[in-house]
Amino acid sequence: MAMSEMSPSAGRSLRDRLEKWIGRRGERPTPIVPPANVAGQALVTVIAIMTFLASLTLGGVMLVSDAASSWQSQIAREITIQIMPADGLDMAATLARARAAILAQPGVTGASVMDDAATGRLLEPWLGEGLDLDELPVPRLVIVSIDEGAPPDFAALRTRLQAEVPQARLDDHRAFVDRLVAMAQAVVLAGLAILGLVLAATVLTVVFATRGAMSGNRQIIEVLHFVGAQAGFIAAQFQRHFLKLGLVGALSGGAAALVVFAVVGTWTRANEATPEADQIRALFGSFAIGWSGYAAIVALVATVGALTALTSRMTVVRQLAAIDMISPVES
Amino acid sequence: MIRFENVGLRYDMGPEVLRDLSFEIQKKSFQFLTGPSGAGKSSLLRMLFLALKPTRGLITVLGRDVATLSRADLPSIRRRIGVVFQDFRLLDHMTTYENVALPLRVRGRSEDSYRQDVVDLIQWVGLGERLHAYPVVLSGGEKQRAAIARALIDRPDVLLADEPTGNVDPPLARRLLRLFMELNRSGTAVVIATHDLGLMEQVEARRMVLSDGRLAVYD
Repeated sequence: MAMSEMSPSAGRSLRDRLEKWIGRRGERPTPIVPPANVAGQALVTVIAIMTFLASLTLGGVMLVSDAASSWQSQIAREITIQIMPADGLDMAATLARARAAILAQPGVTGASVMDDAATGRLLEPWLGEGLDLDELPVPRLVIVSIDEGAPPDFAALRTRLQAEVPQARLDDHRAFVDRLVAMAQAVVLAGLAILGLVLAATVLTVVFATRGAMSGNRQIIEVLHFVGAQAGFIAAQFQRHFLKLGLVGALSGGAAALVVFAVVGTWTRANEATPEADQIRALFGSFAIGWSGYAAIVALVATVGALTALTSRMTVVRQLAAIDMISPVES
Repeated sequence: MIRFENVGLRYDMGPEVLRDLSFEIQKKSFQFLTGPSGAGKSSLLRMLFLALKPTRGLITVLGRDVATLSRADLPSIRRRIGVVFQDFRLLDHMTTYENVALPLRVRGRSEDSYRQDVVDLIQWVGLGERLHAYPVVLSGGEKQRAAIARALIDRPDVLLADEPTGNVDPPLARRLLRLFMELNRSGTAVVIATHDLGLMEQVEARRMVLSDGRLAVYD
């Protein structure tokens, strides 16, 4: 219903309800466990640090796994033919023959011979400038691009190439890719293990904090017991505080981690031409965790908050089970 | 209503502090529980309000055998038993009104449904002026009355009071006693643990006397 069609009485009752609701909020009942009785500062700090470390680990894991898949696809797009030098071999003609042979195969989209200048640059770090390739028996390369969508059968390709050019060796970079992927997987697994340890440490910290809060509020718990409160009701009184502490800690830790990623990301973008940034770029691609990374950190923050509340609830219920009917009013 | 049969209690491996207790608290009855300090009054009270399990014997509370109760059953039974402690056990961060309303809040009732009842009861125990005062500014007698009001707010079937006149002067003690009797006339069974002989002499009531861990009942 549009506002203009509302009858005056309907508008008034809505306002009454709203005022009543606001009034209610203003005079909320005193919490049964006062916030001051739950030592929060240290716990918030610990949770913030834990969330910060967990977020960094999570972001790092995502960065490595993204980088690994990008290395993999970049490498899988290219293979190399190596022509080994031999006495009396006309290198230029052999290179041209190898190029022509490979281009004729299905799944190959292009092939280019690495020219003298490029080969010289490649060897420059080891052999210095002004290298004369004719004087030195150096293997030469043909860079072959392949169709990622329909990659050729490498074994068949290798056989056919060697039939035509016996000096040619086909390198599909498989061994290198396998090693990279194995390394990246190891890093991801280690990251996940660290994440698990950090979360476990957070849970244990909350267990200790909850036990501390419970013994500090023993009198309140006893009173609640003898006025007939259910264990769930008592647990809810503590859970409320711990959810808040958990969320505040997790939000600050998560926010700090986001800032770190944003700053490093901006720094690498701003210093793209410098060697340091190039090093980072070579390793991680663009140092940005992307939307999925930000979403993962937000999810982590929510998880830590919920985990804190849940842990404190379970701790309270278990502790209550241990003290009830033994001596809730021990003097 | 509450029935003890050959109940014994010992703490850990120590000697029995209570031996062979057999008695019954009848509906709408009024009794004093007395005995010298250390005779086991507090332990007996704790068994009465389900804070302690006996080491032997049978306790039946409101028709249920205590030995067979699960933890989940305890709150619903405790809600029918009002308890007044010697040291009041009011929550310091709550006003008189909030302390007295606590049992109803714990039951999940909305404040609108009980606000007037709580105010009426607080006025009945004579604390109308102290509705919004915190325990720290209340006198011993005022705290005692707030604790009594809290025990009574949900009209329990039985009221257990531990030395309810221990912290008050004789005129106030008489007033509190009248309050308990009025409550008893309205149908609540009352057990008052005290070693104040003067108080007991004011009322013709059943006396349960604990001595050396054994109980003698004088009707």
